[in-house]
Amino acid sequence: MNNDFAIETVNLTKIYGSGNTEVVAMRDATVKIRRGEVVALLGPSGSGKSTFLTAIGLINPPSAGRILIGGELVMNGPKALKDSRAFRRQHIGFVFQKSNLIPFLSAIENVQIALEINNWAVAASRRRAMSLLEYLGVGDRADHSPTKLSGGQQQRVAVARAMANRPSIILADEPTAALDGRRGRQVMELFGKVAHEHGTSVVVVTHDHRALDVFDAVYEMEDGIIRRGETGTFR
Amino acid sequence: MNLAIKDIRHNIGRFALTTVGVGMLLMVVMGMGGIYRGIIEDATLLVDEIGTDLWIVQRNTRGPFAEVSRVPANLVHRALAAPGVESAREFVYHTIQREREGKLIRIAVVGLSWPTDKGEALPLVAGRPLAQNHFEMIADDRLGLKLGEQIRLGKERYTVVGITENMIGSSGDGLAFFTVSDALDIQFDVPGEAVRLERQARYARGTLSELGRKQPALTETAFLKASEIPAIGPRQISAVMITVLPGTSVRTVASTLGGWSDVSVYTTTGQRELLLKGPVEKVRRQIGLFRVLLTIIAGIIMALILYTLTLDKLHDIALLKLIGAPNRRILGMILQQAVLLGVVGFGIAFLLGLKVFPRFPRRVILTNDDLLQLAAIVLMISVLSSVLGIWKAMRVEPNEALAG
Repeated sequence: MNNDFAIETVNLTKIYGSGNTEVVAMRDATVKIRRGEVVALLGPSGSGKSTFLTAIGLINPPSAGRILIGGELVMNGPKALKDSRAFRRQHIGFVFQKSNLIPFLSAIENVQIALEINNWAVAASRRRAMSLLEYLGVGDRADHSPTKLSGGQQQRVAVARAMANRPSIILADEPTAALDGRRGRQVMELFGKVAHEHGTSVVVVTHDHRALDVFDAVYEMEDGIIRRGETGTFR
Repeated sequence: MNLAIKDIRHNIGRFALTTVGVGMLLMVVMGMGGIYRGIIEDATLLVDEIGTDLWIVQRNTRGPFAEVSRVPANLVHRALAAPGVESAREFVYHTIQREREGKLIRIAVVGLSWPTDKGEALPLVAGRPLAQNHFEMIADDRLGLKLGEQIRLGKERYTVVGITENMIGSSGDGLAFFTVSDALDIQFDVPGEAVRLERQARYARGTLSELGRKQPALTETAFLKASEIPAIGPRQISAVMITVLPGTSVRTVASTLGGWSDVSVYTTTGQRELLLKGPVEKVRRQIGLFRVLLTIIAGIIMALILYTLTLDKLHDIALLKLIGAPNRRILGMILQQAVLLGVVGFGIAFLLGLKVFPRFPRRVILTNDDLLQLAAIVLMISVLSSVLGIWKAMRVEPNEALAG
């Protein structure tokens, strides 16, 4: 993927329902996110943030518009031009509001599984998972079940899983919503660290205005329309 | 990483309880198969064990195992005179029910042709064959009689001199072997008062008859023993067993004997078929159908269990899809759990069955063929029953992982 932009969206539009029940959740969203950039997406509930995030995550196809990832056209209107699941596996990492770790796997196994489904050998995947957990400061909790981890530790494990396959993009949906202010900030700073050290672009949907200084760019959404905030305002 | 095993280990209590439940259900299916097999084995056991070539029974009856059959005892001598017959033995078979130590005991009485047959061929587990013409018996252990124990049947007491194992009649009652004369004594035992009343009635009939009026002295014979009155025939036996001479065609001898107008002749195979098509046919079919029904029910229950287990994991499955797990990985997890549930359930069923089935009142026979067949069915059910769960899992959208 040789392109300056990790993500490009062109006139993305998402319409739910039809006729009298038609709702336009996202209208003509055009965004360019550079490699290694940490971007916040702000907006009130129902503004279309999650619709945008799931569209660029190749989970919820748009009704119209195009999505390019690493300069490669992957979605043209509702039509996926790639095997979405395989593409996600290799290029996109996800972090959610709740940590969404698989409860029957330990912390390290939650990271390992993302590698194994991408055809990593067991021993190599375990080494990589362990190094990621150590990088994110939860190496000592590797063999613990998710229920034995604090909210912050769970989010770190989720970030490790998202980073596992060295994706070009990490998409995070309200990753600090379940955390207190201090831990929330730690997670946001972690995204900044990951983006700047690994060249991964991170898009974070958030309501949390306290840690906006971490981001390189901020986009705001309202009534399905996305606009870029003033660059550098928050740095 | 094996997700199926990881999930099971995480929910080991639930999985253990589920497999025990499935195991008990499969034990019932296995037991039904065993009962079905037991009924067939029990029904044909005596015919198989006695080892004779031909059965001569009362004309137009299906033999002593299917219905009452009466043939004269001297039929043995007639049969012996027939070409190709090596030996002919009397056979008596009937069922009695008595009370012993406050409990009812049902005995399938078999008369052996003394002295040619003393029960040497029986599978004795204790004691010895019959050594005298009267008052000895060989009992199956199902009857609960002990070696040396005496039991009163009719007017006589019989001593248990031998014990067999798993010698059961077609009705499931334990067999007891006596000499033919003792078996007939037990069968035709009547109280003294009944004998006296019968003699009085016989006398009354005599005095009213033409012959009695012309020769009054004849009526005095009414008070003699039945065996001393020529007009009254000897007690009849159930059948005559024939062994043909080596090198002689059983079919030919059967054809010769079958030509006699007062009897019917069956080969051992024929008698066996009659047993399976006769008294045990309905039970056999009922158990067989019930077994099929139980297998279907087991399949439905296993499908519901696996479906529920899958429903519990839908969020995790959506998450796996979201992070890019291929369908085969998710499908494999459900399928492996289904097969594991079936295999462990089958193992539990087998082990429980080994402990429980011997306590059943009737024999439950688990043959290797039946067990293998059931194992294959369980495997098939496991795979089929996972289809519902797999179908549900395949329909889950990855964005469902984002909800909640």
